[in-house]
Amino acid sequence: MDWSFVLTQTLTQAIGIQAIIYCLAAIGLNVQFGYTGLLNFGQVAFVAAGSYAVGVIVLTFDLSLWLAIVVGVVVALVIALILGIPTLRLRADYLAIVTIAFSELVRLTVRSIAFKDVLGGAQGLNGKLGQDFHDTNPLPADFQSLPVLSWTRQDLWVVIVGWILVALFTLLVWLLVRSPWGRIVRGIREDEAAVVSLGKNVFAYKLQALMLGGVIGAFGGIVWAVAKQSVQPDTFRPEFTFFAYTILLLGGAARVFGPIVGAILFWIILAGTGEFLGQAIQAGWIDFLQPTDVGNIRFVLMGSGLIALMVFRPQGIFGDRRELALDAK
Amino acid sequence: MPNDQAVSDSIAASALAALSTVEPRPGVPKPDPIMVADHVRRSFGGLTAVNVEHVEIQRGAITALIGPNGAGKTTFFNLITGFDDADEGTWTFNDRQVAGTAPYKLARIGMVRTFQLTKALSRMTVIDNMRLGAKHQTGERFFAAILPFLWNSQEKSVGQKAMGLLERFNLHEKVGDFAGSLSGGQRKLLEMARALMADPELIMLDEPMAGVNPALKQSLLGHIKTMREEGTTVLFVEHDMDMVHDISDWVIVMAQGEVIAEGPPDTVMKNQAVIDAYLGAHHEAQLTETGETLTESSDGDSA
Ligand SMILES: Nc1ncnc2c1ncn2[C@@H]1O[C@H](COP(=O)(O)OP(=O)(O)OP(=O)(O)O)[C@@H](O)[C@H]1O
Ligand SMILES: [Mg+2]
Repeated sequence: MDWSFVLTQTLTQAIGIQAIIYCLAAIGLNVQFGYTGLLNFGQVAFVAAGSYAVGVIVLTFDLSLWLAIVVGVVVALVIALILGIPTLRLRADYLAIVTIAFSELVRLTVRSIAFKDVLGGAQGLNGKLGQDFHDTNPLPADFQSLPVLSWTRQDLWVVIVGWILVALFTLLVWLLVRSPWGRIVRGIREDEAAVVSLGKNVFAYKLQALMLGGVIGAFGGIVWAVAKQSVQPDTFRPEFTFFAYTILLLGGAARVFGPIVGAILFWIILAGTGEFLGQAIQAGWIDFLQPTDVGNIRFVLMGSGLIALMVFRPQGIFGDRRELALDAK
Repeated sequence: MPNDQAVSDSIAASALAALSTVEPRPGVPKPDPIMVADHVRRSFGGLTAVNVEHVEIQRGAITALIGPNGAGKTTFFNLITGFDDADEGTWTFNDRQVAGTAPYKLARIGMVRTFQLTKALSRMTVIDNMRLGAKHQTGERFFAAILPFLWNSQEKSVGQKAMGLLERFNLHEKVGDFAGSLSGGQRKLLEMARALMADPELIMLDEPMAGVNPALKQSLLGHIKTMREEGTTVLFVEHDMDMVHDISDWVIVMAQGEVIAEGPPDTVMKNQAVIDAYLGAHHEAQLTETGETLTESSDGDSA
């Protein structure tokens, strides 16, 4: 059994591109759900908006990536308005239903034959999507690899900029939630009527939170398209949103660093168990599992872990019990 | 400042003087009404919860709204403050038509209410609850929020104002505690103090005394009188007749959705319709009994 392989693989994934993408999606959810109490079950639609903005603008229309990023942000804002305006005056559950339905609507639309010319259909959009970004790579051309972390030169540049984005959005959220603005959204999370009775336009604040969270999610999608140089419709399934929620709950909702801690933990658990089980089966330690079972088993373990967490530490690993986001009291 | 005080004192005094000449009958016009409601109706299914023909609230006075359980008092509050939609009716606040206005806008123009079921935000600290009440905060705007230097000084002055009110309401030792750790009565106090942070012109209190101990009730009565002296108009719902009698300048009685009587407390409490619908024939006897119990228990305490 190759322990160092298990460890290096796990570490590489724990702070790798996937972790960054999910972390950004979870930061968005933290603004919406963690602080404001909005149940957005369609975060993946915002991520898809970011990815497809890059795919369509760069590949279909052959325009610059920087324009694509602006378009991605604008599309995310428009989606937030479309989803928010009709639902945010209603009870909380309406947003949940509408967002999850919308996210599937987005996926089925982008993969449909009807828009194949623009959106690429079921094959998605594949090509030099992130070239404008990769051209800015300052790493030496003969760069091989870091000692332990086995990223290519291209991936390492994505990882660096990705974590800078995470840091910037975390800073933004930190500034916001400790301001009077944050006080209002935390009030809304708990009791809208109380906040309304003090003269605050609750609807506008909910819309702002939905828009901000959506834009941060869209950046996850942009990183994804740039890193993978490909946009695949079926990666934007509802489970993406639920993994992002898992990450948020692991790290602790309504904690500024919750999504970062959660994303790293999530990928340590997922990659760690995967690599470990794979190695253990190869080494003959486990004979009741096939290597092909590993992918599913690790989600079973993740699910069990999440249940245990909700039972024993519902506020998440670093959450504040007094400020529980999940209790129904 | 002493000047302001004198001016508002005279507002309160003249309001009271004016009220003394008003005839005690339902829907009677007042000399200087802050709020006037006409034909306000709300039904739930077949039940007409509120059906108010005409009612006026005198500016600068303390008005009590009383009536049996289910009379429609809370529903009337909800309609007037925009938290519920009336089937029909119009009402004005400071001579401005406000029927159909969003509740947050009504709060901004000075009509602030509290709730029968207290809405202290329990996962926020007492001081944060208070700060939430202050109006016109720069840091509540999205882009200003991320630039603390724009709102730091305002935040300080809001905090000072909050501390002043908390001291008045005897909550200053709880400043940093989560509101969820307060007792039921303390939450009532917090909610009232928080409403005052918004500098209301008309404060509408839904059963402010429910669950508050006798000694604290006394000081609450004082606070409500202070509000009047500072020029705030007070409209409150209450079942505690001692308190109603003690502080209100005017009493409005509702039963089955309608205003059945109005007048100064003494007059209203002798009104046969009010006795039949609400007080009960023995209410005076009960009042003295409660009075006795109170004296006894305080005697017991001091012994
Ligand atoms: N949301 C609602 N749905 C259905 N009926 C309602 C609703 N709200 C109030 N009612 C009914 O309207 C009537 C008036 O209720 P309201 O709460 O206004 O009474 P109240 O005068 O405040 O009574 P209390 O002194 O007990 O607080 C009651 O008969 C009540 O059952
Ligand atoms: Mg009531």
